[in-house]
Amino acid sequence: MKSETNASIMGNRKNKAVVETVAQIIFTICALFAILAVISITLYMILSGTPAIFQVGPMEILFGTVWAPTAAEPRFGILYVILTSIVGTFLAILLGVPIGILTAVFLAEVAPKKLAMAVKPAVELLAGIPSVVYGLLGIYLLGPVMYRLEKFVFADSTTHQFTGGANLMSAVIVLAIMILPTVINISETSIRAVQPGIKAASLALGASHIQTIFRSILPAARSGIMTAVVLGVGRAIGEAMAITLVSGSSVNPPLPFNSVRFLTTAIVSEMGYAEVGSTHRNMLFTIGLVLFVFIMLINVVLSRILKKGEVHR
Amino acid sequence: MRNPSITVKRKHPIDTFLMGAIYLSAFLSVFLLLGIIGYVFVKGIGTVSLSFLTTVTSALNQTVGILGNIVNTLYMIVITLLIATPLGVGAAIYLNEYAKPGRLVSMIEFTTETLSGIPSIIFGLFGMVFFWETLGLGYSILTGSLTLTLMVLPLITRNTQEALRTVPDSYRNGALGMGATKWYMIRTILLPSSMSGIVTGVILAIGRIVGESAALLFTAGSAYRLPRFTEDVAGNIGKCFGKIMEPGGTLTIELYLRMQKGEYDVAFGVGCVLIVIVLCINLLTKVAANRLKPVK
Repeated sequence: MKSETNASIMGNRKNKAVVETVAQIIFTICALFAILAVISITLYMILSGTPAIFQVGPMEILFGTVWAPTAAEPRFGILYVILTSIVGTFLAILLGVPIGILTAVFLAEVAPKKLAMAVKPAVELLAGIPSVVYGLLGIYLLGPVMYRLEKFVFADSTTHQFTGGANLMSAVIVLAIMILPTVINISETSIRAVQPGIKAASLALGASHIQTIFRSILPAARSGIMTAVVLGVGRAIGEAMAITLVSGSSVNPPLPFNSVRFLTTAIVSEMGYAEVGSTHRNMLFTIGLVLFVFIMLINVVLSRILKKGEVHR
Repeated sequence: MRNPSITVKRKHPIDTFLMGAIYLSAFLSVFLLLGIIGYVFVKGIGTVSLSFLTTVTSALNQTVGILGNIVNTLYMIVITLLIATPLGVGAAIYLNEYAKPGRLVSMIEFTTETLSGIPSIIFGLFGMVFFWETLGLGYSILTGSLTLTLMVLPLITRNTQEALRTVPDSYRNGALGMGATKWYMIRTILLPSSMSGIVTGVILAIGRIVGESAALLFTAGSAYRLPRFTEDVAGNIGKCFGKIMEPGGTLTIELYLRMQKGEYDVAFGVGCVLIVIVLCINLLTKVAANRLKPVK
């Protein structure tokens, strides 16, 4: 080690220059890797997602409502699958975000310091729990409850197909719980980052603590909270394993008690048996491409919000 | 006005309601979070035994065990980190030490951000088409690891970058001023001072690898057997390396398959093991962040 040290400082200039250049080139390549990865993912998603569009036709895919990939006359309409992903994500956000933000308010503004210190690690821990574990609990605990509710609601119905508790509602609840840690963590950080002067000014003007929180602090933390919501949307729309079994397994319109398929769960549940090279398999990649487009849109929105936040600061 | 005096606080009914909502939400969140962890732990701990952890499921020996999955998970962690750590740290060094602000840097930062936002199922599809079919690596631990590398890269890059930013400029100037070359300065000053960030990134990456399932289902498969060891030492070493090219299901995949078959006891057993691992990883992150802080 010692001699190497000397060599490096005292060694001849030419060698050093070579080492320097090589180091810089290697670091640059490492950095370019992220760009390379995103480009090749985009390229491959488009390459493997487009054949089915030509085979089936874009209108049939986007507006067809019948999904029967293995029938004698196969149909590949994914309208309900797309709608399920949108509706499911929207409902999960509607359910999870208010609870998440209010919890963040509790941790940052209301709770005694010691309690907040105890709750925070638990929230962080939750963010790390594998998604299959959420799925396991969803199907084991939520399923039976939902089934009972379903039997109660549709007691007199003769047309309803019973799902045994694996339906859109169960999936939405699982998704809402899964986005909680993301929303809580990011909202709390942004609430804590609000300048203390804003809070002090509001209180000094005679506003109550609650008025201060909802009229001054939350608006000031807006960009952070928006980030939290967008990240939550991304997590909910991209989640696959947790809701594969909980959401049921047939393609139906996204109604609360229907067994439904999301973009993600359609891929997971059929990729295993779709024949290589078949239109069916190509179609699953097209579903992947649709999901990818959604995610890219979300990413663009997110980077806009982040940039705006920087300007305001 | 009921309260003419300004010294008497006026009660806002809506305040009480909102305060109630805040408390209710907080209670619900904490209850859910602790409930989930507690339930899986209590439900699964009964299944976890020494033989559960040290055998492979076999109808012949009548054992139900997850040793094969544990070994696969370890393989996955080691190979992924071997590839992802140098890449991620290198990228962070470039961004922080070499690059000048401009198009390229914002491109790299945007793509890193994008990578961390892409859902794992998309990585799974990409890994399947690219590493499996195009590169011909087959259904294997290596294919899974390469796919995971893309997923954990942003974590390591970002944490290393954060750490590099906290190293004071005087360290750099001091080293350079004494005649050290840039690479020498990075190697002996910057990397040791930012070790805590790098280690935190690596531990977070381990957590991600352990918890991942969707990206692995179609890239690494679900095998749970161990290589059959013999007396031949060289052969055994060969088998250990050969395993990289064989399919292997991690703990999460095993949990998913068990759950699909309705074998909830085993599923909760695996879930319990996973939660203990996640707990340990969380603790480790905390320790790493505190212990390895650069001495100032």
